[in-house]
Amino acid sequence: MAVVALKPGYADAVEIRDRKENFHGNQVVYLHWEEHLSFCAATAFPLPPEMPFGALTEKLIPQFYGMHPDFKSLDWNSVEWKIDGEPATPDMSKSLAENGVGHKSLVCFRTPGLNGYKGSCS
Amino acid sequence: MTPPRKKKMNLKQRYALMTRGLDWETSYQKMDDVFPYDTFEGIKITDWSKWEDPFRLTMDAYWKYQGEKERKLYAVLDSFAQNNGQLGISDARYVNAIKLFLTGVTPLEYQAHRHFSHLGRHIRGVGPRVAAQMQSLDELRHAQTQIHTISHYNKYFDGFAEFPHMHDRVWYLSVPKSFFDDACSAGPFEFFTAISFAFEYVLTNLLFVPFMSGAAYNGDLATVTFGFSAQSDEARHMTLGIEVIKFMLEQHPDNLPIVQKWVDKWFWRGHKVLGLVAMMMDYMLPKRIMSWKEAWEIYFTEAGGALFEDLSRYGLRVPKYADIATDEAEHISHQNWAIFYQYTQAAGFHTWIPGDDELDWLSEKYPNTFDKYYRPRFEMWREMEAKGERFYNNALPQLCQTCQIPMGYTEPGDPTKIGFRSSVYKDERYHFCSDGCKDIFDDEPEKFSQAWLPVHQIFQGNCGGADLSDVLKWYHMDQGIDNMDYNGSPDQKQWDAWQAARKKVAG
Ligand SMILES: [Fe+2]
Ligand SMILES: [Fe+2]
Repeated sequence: MAVVALKPGYADAVEIRDRKENFHGNQVVYLHWEEHLSFCAATAFPLPPEMPFGALTEKLIPQFYGMHPDFKSLDWNSVEWKIDGEPATPDMSKSLAENGVGHKSLVCFRTPGLNGYKGSCS
Repeated sequence: MTPPRKKKMNLKQRYALMTRGLDWETSYQKMDDVFPYDTFEGIKITDWSKWEDPFRLTMDAYWKYQGEKERKLYAVLDSFAQNNGQLGISDARYVNAIKLFLTGVTPLEYQAHRHFSHLGRHIRGVGPRVAAQMQSLDELRHAQTQIHTISHYNKYFDGFAEFPHMHDRVWYLSVPKSFFDDACSAGPFEFFTAISFAFEYVLTNLLFVPFMSGAAYNGDLATVTFGFSAQSDEARHMTLGIEVIKFMLEQHPDNLPIVQKWVDKWFWRGHKVLGLVAMMMDYMLPKRIMSWKEAWEIYFTEAGGALFEDLSRYGLRVPKYADIATDEAEHISHQNWAIFYQYTQAAGFHTWIPGDDELDWLSEKYPNTFDKYYRPRFEMWREMEAKGERFYNNALPQLCQTCQIPMGYTEPGDPTKIGFRSSVYKDERYHFCSDGCKDIFDDEPEKFSQAWLPVHQIFQGNCGGADLSDVLKWYHMDQGIDNMDYNGSPDQKQWDAWQAARKKVAG
C-alpha cells in the first residue's frame, strides 16, 4: 500500500532520513548476542564498510559485551553467525562489505553452550 | 406598546442556537476550498446533520463549569504546597513516575490542544467542529494544570525542569512524541480514530487509572486532584471517540475498511506507548495498585472485548494482533524496565533493582514468566552491582522504525528470542519490533521512512556530539543529577535527610 496524502506528488518528494550517505562514510551495523537478553536489544554502531569483520570479535564485541559473566568462556571458533537472518561463515580478514554486511545489516552471533546467566537466556 | 416578553429558551434550544445555529453554507467560496482537509482520506460523509453531539455544552456553560473545577483544584494545590505535601508521599522513588508523566504525557496534552483546535476549524460538519473546539480547550487546561501541579515537585526534585525541551529530543521520549506526530500529520478522520477512539476510548483507562490510583496509593494528593479535575472532560472525550467511529461507519459502507485499518494501527501503536505505563505500574510505584497484566485484563480484555462486540454490528472487528498484545502483557513491563536499567546513564529519571519484596510481588503476579525469565536477569545485575560492576549497556540500541522503542521485545510464545522483523523500501532496509509495527510501516513506507530515530540521529551528528556527555548536554540532562540510579542520587540524599529530620522531631 502507499500513503494517502493530501499533497499531490508527496510520495515522490519524500526524503529518506537514514540513507547511508547521511552517516559520514559509515554504515549502520547492528549486533546481537543471542540468548543473552540482559542486553535488552541489538546494539547499533556506525562503522566503515571497509572495516575488517575481525574487528568485531577483536574489538567491538569485547568492549561492549565483555562485562557479561559468560563472555570469559566464549570460544570464537564455535560461534554461529547470521547476517541478515542467513547463516554465515564470515572471513575475519575480509571487510564487512565483502562479508555481505551492508547498511543497516543485522549481525547475530550465537554461542552454543553459553545461554546466559544460569541458563536463563539473560 | 410594550414589546412581547421574550420567552426563556430551554437548554436544548439554546444549545442548538449556540452551536449548529452558528453554522452556514458558504456562497462566495466553495465549501471544498474552505474545508480542504476532510475528504482526501477517502471517508465518505453523506449527511453531516446525522452527527449526534456528544458534548451538549455551550461555551458559556463550559466556561462556568470549568472555572469552578479550576478554583477547587488550585485550592488543593495551594494547601498541598503550604503543608509540604512532598513529605507525605510513600517514598521518593515514586517521584520518578511523575517525571515520566511530565516529560512524556503532558506535552501530548498540549499537542492534543493544538490539533483539536485545527480540527475545530477544519471539519465541515458543525457538530464535530464544536466538539473539537471544546476538547481543544480541555487539553490546554490539562497541560496547564499538570504543569502547575507538578511544578511543586520541581522545587524539591531533579529531572523536571527541562521537560518540554526533553520531550523534543530525548531518545525514549521520541516514543510518545512520534506517536502523536504520526496522528497530527494524518488527516482529521484518522486523528479522531487514533486519539479520540483508540487512545481515549479503548486505552484511556490504562493510562489514567494507573497514574491516578498510583498517585492516591502513594500519597500524592496533588496529582490525584488534577486527575479528578480532568475526569469529567475525559468522559466527554470518550463520548466523542465512540460517536466518531459510529458516525463514520453509519455514513457509508466504504468507510469500514479504512476505519478498520486505522483501528488496527492505532491500537497497536497505543499498546506500545502504554508499555511505559506498564513499567511504571510494575516497577516505579513503591506502593503498587495491581499488576500491568491485571490492568490489561480488566481494561482491555474485558472492557475492550465488550466494546468490540457492540461494534461488531457495524462490521468492525477486534483490532488485529490484540491476541499478541495480550500475550505481551506478561512481558512488556519487565522488558521496558530492563531497557531503562541498562541505559540509566541516558534516562531523565532514576532507576533501581527491585527489592526482594518487590521481586516476590512480581513473581506472584507473573507466575508463568517472572521466575523463569526476568528474575534471574535482575539477580544477575544485583550480583554485579554488589561486586561494584553495575551493568551498563554502553552501546546504543537498535530501534524499531515505527514505534521507535529499542527492539527489546521477544517473539510471541518464546521469551528467549528477540523478535526481529524487517522490510525493504526503495533499496533501504528497515527494522521492526513486531508484525504490528512492520504492517504499519508497509502500509505507509513514505511516511515512516522519514522517522527521526534518536540513535541514527546521534550517528549522523545531529545531537550535540558523539559522546554521551555531549548528547546529555544537548538533552539538557545534568550528569549525576537527573540520570543514573536512585541509590546515590541527590533526590535520595534529600529524601533521607528529610526522613532523618522527621525522626528527630518525633523523638
Ligand atoms: Fe487531556
Ligand atoms: Fe515497534
